[in-house]
Amino acid sequence: MSQSQYNFPDASGHFGPYGGVFVAETLFGALDELKAAYAAAQADPAFRAEYDYELKHFVGRPSPIYHAKRLSEVCGGAQIYLKREDLNHTGAHKVNNCIGQALLAKRMGKPRVIAETGAGQHGVATATVAARYGFECVVYMGSEDVRRQAANVYRMKLLGATVVPVESGSKTLKDALNEAMRDWVTNIHNTFYIIGTVAGPHPYPMLVRDFQKIIGEECLEQMPEMAGRQPDAVIAAVGGGSNAMGIFYPYIDVPDVRLIGVEAAGSGIETGMHAASLTAGVPGVLHGNRTYLLQNEDGQIIETHSVSAGLDYPGVGPEHAWLKDIGRAEYQPIKDGEALKAFHDLCRLEGIIPALESSHAIAYAMKLAPTLAKDKILLVNLSGRGDKDMHTVAEKSGIVF
Amino acid sequence: MSRIQKTFARLNGEGRKALIPFITAGDPDADLTVPLMHALVEAGADIIELGVPFSDPMADGPTIQRASERALAKGMSLRKVLQLVTRFRTEDDKTPVVLMGYANPIEAMGLTTFAEKAAQSGVDGVLVVDYPPEEAEKFGAAMKAQGMDPIFLIAPTSSAERIAHTAKIASGYVYYVSLAGVTGSGALNVEAVAQKLPLIREQTGLPVGVGFGIRDAATAARIAAFADAVVVGSRIIEEIEKSTANGDNSSACANVKALVAEIRRGVDEVKK
Ligand SMILES: Cc1ncc(COP(=O)(O)O)c(C=O)c1O
Repeated sequence: MSQSQYNFPDASGHFGPYGGVFVAETLFGALDELKAAYAAAQADPAFRAEYDYELKHFVGRPSPIYHAKRLSEVCGGAQIYLKREDLNHTGAHKVNNCIGQALLAKRMGKPRVIAETGAGQHGVATATVAARYGFECVVYMGSEDVRRQAANVYRMKLLGATVVPVESGSKTLKDALNEAMRDWVTNIHNTFYIIGTVAGPHPYPMLVRDFQKIIGEECLEQMPEMAGRQPDAVIAAVGGGSNAMGIFYPYIDVPDVRLIGVEAAGSGIETGMHAASLTAGVPGVLHGNRTYLLQNEDGQIIETHSVSAGLDYPGVGPEHAWLKDIGRAEYQPIKDGEALKAFHDLCRLEGIIPALESSHAIAYAMKLAPTLAKDKILLVNLSGRGDKDMHTVAEKSGIVF
Repeated sequence: MSRIQKTFARLNGEGRKALIPFITAGDPDADLTVPLMHALVEAGADIIELGVPFSDPMADGPTIQRASERALAKGMSLRKVLQLVTRFRTEDDKTPVVLMGYANPIEAMGLTTFAEKAAQSGVDGVLVVDYPPEEAEKFGAAMKAQGMDPIFLIAPTSSAERIAHTAKIASGYVYYVSLAGVTGSGALNVEAVAQKLPLIREQTGLPVGVGFGIRDAATAARIAAFADAVVVGSRIIEEIEKSTANGDNSSACANVKALVAEIRRGVDEVKK
């Protein structure tokens, strides 16, 4: 594909049949305002300059690429390289997007930002930028997740945010997103909604991708320096899909680079206890866009299961749905157990404690590497560090703090 | 003429305004829905909006969310909602029924299949909260092919162009959401609503219903002074919730009937 061929979304926010603006009329004014503000920001070199400055001095970009030599050796095949998003301030890729949206909020003169969060990573990143720019900050979090992720709840509070536990529905990420949308529609006049992934109504999937594509843009430059050439495959975990879109997007028009998204297969696709929307879902409409969804035959959204809270989402960004359908990206399931094993392997072999989300991508790389020759190159997006997952991993290993 | 058009034509002739109560199908269980629908008609409802429960009711406040959750917990589904309408129609062939819900259950059934089945069941109109006109061309066509009215929302933030676009594919009536927010939110600014109506009427000759935040006869009366229909939802759901809280549903119909009759008196204070 040439650069001119891949040009999505279209003007109305569609990626083929996916994406779009499936929201109540009450939200349209706000989305139009956001679209206009984003278009103006893109045309303003000062906006880009401030974004770049913040990423460099506040986040610590560019993040390095690291050749995981011992891990590659143990796998006995392709060379595994890691894009170190775990080294960003706040410990994950999420902050790239939060900086971008916070700068938009500032341009739009909105003094209050809100966010949804599952594991708490996006909530922490939002609370961080809110403190940095002096915004009031409210984070919606399913009450089930508040209980599971107590440390991140405390981090958000330290940063001055109000964390609102959401008691409706399954009390997890999707319900937090519903609640954030309700807040937004009620407080549109003074509030900017910082969505944490490439989902939601247009322009969010495009806007979040654009604020995350810095990951792949850096890789395009770094890989020739590090490895002499571009990778054979780029691998990333897919929850809502922002870290994956961020690293995939600049590679879409680079020929012969496989793009592999890794979904959470939980206890196994066949058990029904998973969060693999692209592998096992069917297209439908949720949270403002059309995409692959995990739903029952009545069209009700079903609960998802994954050891990793950040992948525990019944939908997926609409651009991934499109990349799957046109065959530009492929999506593979990885089970809880496989991700946990990869987590421990990376800890012991490379001295890096990865986030459980990222561990899914590493697990798939470890599966693929042995099937390939030693001169092949796999680039894995190490989307975050695993400090937040200590409790979960300890519990799974039968250890009590 | 559709049942909805006939209803507005009749009311117009009588110099009266329409009262449109909303309840969630299957709340708190399926057995109560059809009796409640009849009670609403007895209390003076002109059109019934029947909520189709959805797992993720993004545009609804806590009251209607809880109603959805109660209904889903008892196994309510779009298929079963249509069965309830069929049952309602065996005794009432006159009162229009408008389904109100979200896109996904309809898409899961398939747009064409849904349109056919809904029409067969006796549904007159469908409002899909998360189908704005831009995304609703196929839906509008499928409804009209079956003689049903696609109903759309208009918000305080809707521009004249958007209202014009909506007017092109809407039929039956349009539903003006009287405040920015979710269903069941508080204070309604009647003056602001009154000011918006002329802009809507410039763009469409369809009757204009007003809802969100109408909780009593007095407010209903003030809205009925300039709107063609008054929609009341969360307040009625609260009454159902209160009346069935102890697991005994026997007083629900009488209590809802009393509440709606009271609001009806408010609506009827205004005669054209
Ligand atoms: C470290 C990390 N990676 C990945 C994800 C999944 O989100 P996304 O698919 O949007 O990158 C999360 C979400 O919380 C995360 O914290």
